Amino acid sequence: MIVKCTGLIDDTVSVIIGGEAGQGVSRSGILLGKALMRAGFHCYGRIDYPSLIRGGHNFYQLRASAREVHCPSPRADILVALNKESVLLHIDDLNPEGGVIYDENVSFESGEVTRDDLTFYPIPFTNIVKEIGGPTIMRNTVALGSAAALIGLDMNLLKDIVSETFKGRDRIIEMNHEAIQRGWQKVIEFDYSFKCGVEAGERPERIWVTGNEAVALGAIQAGCKFFAAYPMTPASAALHYLIAHEEETGMVVLQPESEIAAICMTVGASFAGVRAMTATSGGGFALMIEGLSFSAMTETPIVTMLAQRPGPSTGLATYTAQADLFFAVFGGHGEFQRIVVAPGDMEECFHLTAEAFNLADRFQIPVIILTDKALIENHKTSATFDTSSYKIDRGKLVDSWESNEEYLRYKFTDDGVSPRAVLGTENAVVLVQSNEHTERGFVTSKPKATKEMMDKRFRKVPHIRDAVEQLEPVKVYGDEDPDVTLFGWGSTKGPVLEAIGMLSKKGVKTRFVQVRFMEPFPSGITQYLEGACVLFETNRSAGLGTLIKFNTGFEFQHVALKYDGRPFFADEIVDKVMEVWTC
Amino acid sequence: MLNVKDLGTIVKNTWCPGCGNFGILSSVKQVIVDLELTREEIVAVTGIGCHGKFTDYVNVNGIHTIHGRVLPVATAIKLSNIDLTVIGFAGDGDAFNIGMGHFPHACRRNVDITYIVHNNQIYGLTTGQTSPTSMQGYKSKTTPRGNQDPPINPLALALTSNATFVARTFVGELKHMNMVLKEAINHRGFALIDVLQPCPSWNRINSYKYYMDRVYKLEESGHDAESFTDACEKAREWDDKIPIGIFYREDRPTYSDGMPTLKKGALVKQPVGDVDLKKLLGEYS
Repeated sequence: MIVKCTGLIDDTVSVIIGGEAGQGVSRSGILLGKALMRAGFHCYGRIDYPSLIRGGHNFYQLRASAREVHCPSPRADILVALNKESVLLHIDDLNPEGGVIYDENVSFESGEVTRDDLTFYPIPFTNIVKEIGGPTIMRNTVALGSAAALIGLDMNLLKDIVSETFKGRDRIIEMNHEAIQRGWQKVIEFDYSFKCGVEAGERPERIWVTGNEAVALGAIQAGCKFFAAYPMTPASAALHYLIAHEEETGMVVLQPESEIAAICMTVGASFAGVRAMTATSGGGFALMIEGLSFSAMTETPIVTMLAQRPGPSTGLATYTAQADLFFAVFGGHGEFQRIVVAPGDMEECFHLTAEAFNLADRFQIPVIILTDKALIENHKTSATFDTSSYKIDRGKLVDSWESNEEYLRYKFTDDGVSPRAVLGTENAVVLVQSNEHTERGFVTSKPKATKEMMDKRFRKVPHIRDAVEQLEPVKVYGDEDPDVTLFGWGSTKGPVLEAIGMLSKKGVKTRFVQVRFMEPFPSGITQYLEGACVLFETNRSAGLGTLIKFNTGFEFQHVALKYDGRPFFADEIVDKVMEVWTC
Repeated sequence: MLNVKDLGTIVKNTWCPGCGNFGILSSVKQVIVDLELTREEIVAVTGIGCHGKFTDYVNVNGIHTIHGRVLPVATAIKLSNIDLTVIGFAGDGDAFNIGMGHFPHACRRNVDITYIVHNNQIYGLTTGQTSPTSMQGYKSKTTPRGNQDPPINPLALALTSNATFVARTFVGELKHMNMVLKEAINHRGFALIDVLQPCPSWNRINSYKYYMDRVYKLEESGHDAESFTDACEKAREWDDKIPIGIFYREDRPTYSDGMPTLKKGALVKQPVGDVDLKKLLGEYS
C-alpha cells in the first residue's frame, strides 16, 4: 500500500471548513474525513461551534496523514470558506502558500485580504447549485468536490459516501454527484501548483467515529439494555445514537423529564436486573448527585458518563474542559466507593465503557465514565474495535434462589459483595434501601448495625483496587529513559501523543503517562514521578495534579493549563516541553 | 396462595396510633391476596416520609427510594420487566412538592404502574410543616400566619396531564379503598389514587370526622367515569362535599406498547450479547 501525504509544513494535510451554522459545515468535514479514511489515510476531525442553531460561525478542522494523527492542527493548508466571514476569520490560520476555496460571488474590499502568499480558488458554489436545481445547502458539496481536487482525493470516494448517506433518494444523490463533479472540475481548470498531494492506497480496516459513538457502542457490547438521558451538550449524541439503534440492539432508550429522572430510572432498571446507563454533562451531573449516592447506598450498579464542558454553571456549552474531575471523584453525600474511569481516545471510549459495566456489576457500585467535549464530539479514525475479547461478567447477579435460607439482599460476605437477585426471582423477595439497613434490607439506625453495614460496603475496596489494577489504570508511551515526562488524562492524550512525535524529531526524549482511572487512584503512578515532569490539563486548577499530590505527596513544578474552552494543540505542548527541557 | 399474614414482616410498626397509613397497608395486603399475586411479582416503590416505611412492613419486593423519586424508579422497573406489578407509594410532599417534576410526565407517558399518594395534607415525619395539599389558611410550623397558597389539586392535575386512571379514596372507607386499588392495579396504564388520610399527630383539621362528614361515593351518584368533562368538574369539588371513587378512566396504549423492544416481552428476559456489532461498526468504515 502506498499512501503519501505531504502537507505544506509537515506530513499531514489540514483543512479548515468554515461557514455559518446551518450551512452544513460539520457534515462536510465528517464526509471529507470519511472519504480520506477510505483512501487509506488516518484522520482527525474537530468541530468548533457556538451554542446556537442559525447564523453563528462554525468551523471544522480536519487533518489527514499516512501515519496516525492524534489531534487537529490549528493551522491549515486549505481553507474551504462557505461564506466571506470564514475567509476573513481564518486567513491567518493558513500555512504559507496555502489555498482558499471560496464562492466566486464573494468580493473583497482592498486591504481585507492581508496575505499575498495564498492561492485563491473562486468557485461558483451558488451558481452551480442553481444550475443543478439543488437546495442552497448543497453549496458545501460543490466545495467538497473542489477540496478533493486540491488534496488529490479520488472524487468517487466522496460520491460513494453520498450514495450511501442518501440511499433510496436517487434525485438527491444525482444532484450531489453533479455538485461534486462540478466543484472538482472548476479546480482542475485552474492552473494551480498546490503542494498538498496524496496517493490513494488499499483500503485498511478503519472506522471514523466520535467518542460519543464509541461510548454508545461500548455500552451495546456490554449488553446494556436500558439507557435514559436528558439532552445536554456534549453528551446528547450518545442518546441520539442509541435511540436510532434501539431496535437492532434490543434496548429501551428514552429521554426523561430531567437528569434527576434519568439517573433514578437508571437505578430502577438496574434494580430490575438489566444493565443500565445514563449520560450527561456537569450541570446535569449536579442534578444526578443524589441519585449517585442512592445507587451507592442501595448497592445498585449503574454506569454514568459525565462529559465535561467548561463551567461554572452553563459555562461554554459547546466547548471543552477537564474541570469536573473532583466532582466525579468526590461528588455525593456520605462515604461510598465508586470507580471513575477516564478514556483518552475512541478505542478506550469503547473498551473502557464495556469494562465499566463489568466493574459496576461485579462490585455493585456506581461507575462514572469521565469524558469531555474534545474527546466525544471529535472524530478520529481508529482500527476497527476488537469485539471478540470482551466477556460480560455480571458478578453475583442471580436469577434463581433455591437455598433454604431466606434471601438477604445485603448478606454479609467476605468480599462485601452480596448475591443480587433479579426482581421476580422465585423464592427471593428483594428489598433495597436508601436508609441504612440490615442484611434483609430493613431500615435500621442501631449503632452496631450501622457500622457493620458500612464496613460491609467498604470490604469491597481492596477487590475494586485489584480489578482496576488489571485494566492498565496508568498507560505509558514513549521513551523508557526520557528527558521529560508528560502527564495528562482524557482528551489531552491526543495532542500529547502528537507532540511526543514532534519532540522526538527535535531530539528530545519524552514519555507520556496517561492516567486512565481516577478512582480508585492507581498506585503505580509513583514510579514515573521523577526527573523533569510536566502536567497538561484543560482546566484552571490542575485537578489531576492535585489528585496526584493528594495520593502521593508529589507536587508538579511544571504545569501547563489551558482553560479557554479549546483543546491543547500539539505545538503548545511542544513549546512547554522545550521550555522545561532547556531550563 | 398467599394470605394476609404471609405479607407481614418482623419489623415493628412505628406509625402513630390512628395513622391513616395502617388502613392503606391493610388494604394493599388484602388486594394482593384477592388478586392472587405472588410476593415475587410485586414491587413496592416508596419515597421519603412516613409512608416510606411501607417497604419494611409488607413482605414483597421493595425499593425505598429518595425523596420525590418514586415515579422515575417505578417507571424504569416496569419498562425493564413488564411482567412485574409495580406499585408506587408517595406522600403528598413527596409527590407534589419535590417530585412534582415527574408527575405530569408519568401521567402522559402512561407506563402501566399504580401510584398511591398518601395524602394527609401535612409533612408528618419532619414534624408538621405545610404540604402542597394543605388547605388555604392552614396553620403549621412553616405557615404560622396560615397558608397563603391555594393547594395543589392532584386529580385536576392528573386529568390535564392526560392520566388514564384518576381516582380518590379515603382510609375510613376500607372496602371502597380495596375496590379502587383493585381497579387501579388491573388498569392497563398509569393509575393515580389520591388517598385521603388523616394525620392524627400533626393535622388537627383534616381528621377522620372531617372526612366522614364530607365524603360521598361517585359510584353511588351516577358519575360517568368515561367522561373527561364530568371528571374535571368532579375534581374541582371540595369543601362541604368531597367525592371519592374513580373519576376518570380511559383505554390508551401504554408507553411499553410503543416500544419496539418490549413487543418481544420483558426486557430482563431478552437475550444479551447477541447484537451484531460488526454491522454497527460497518456504518463507520
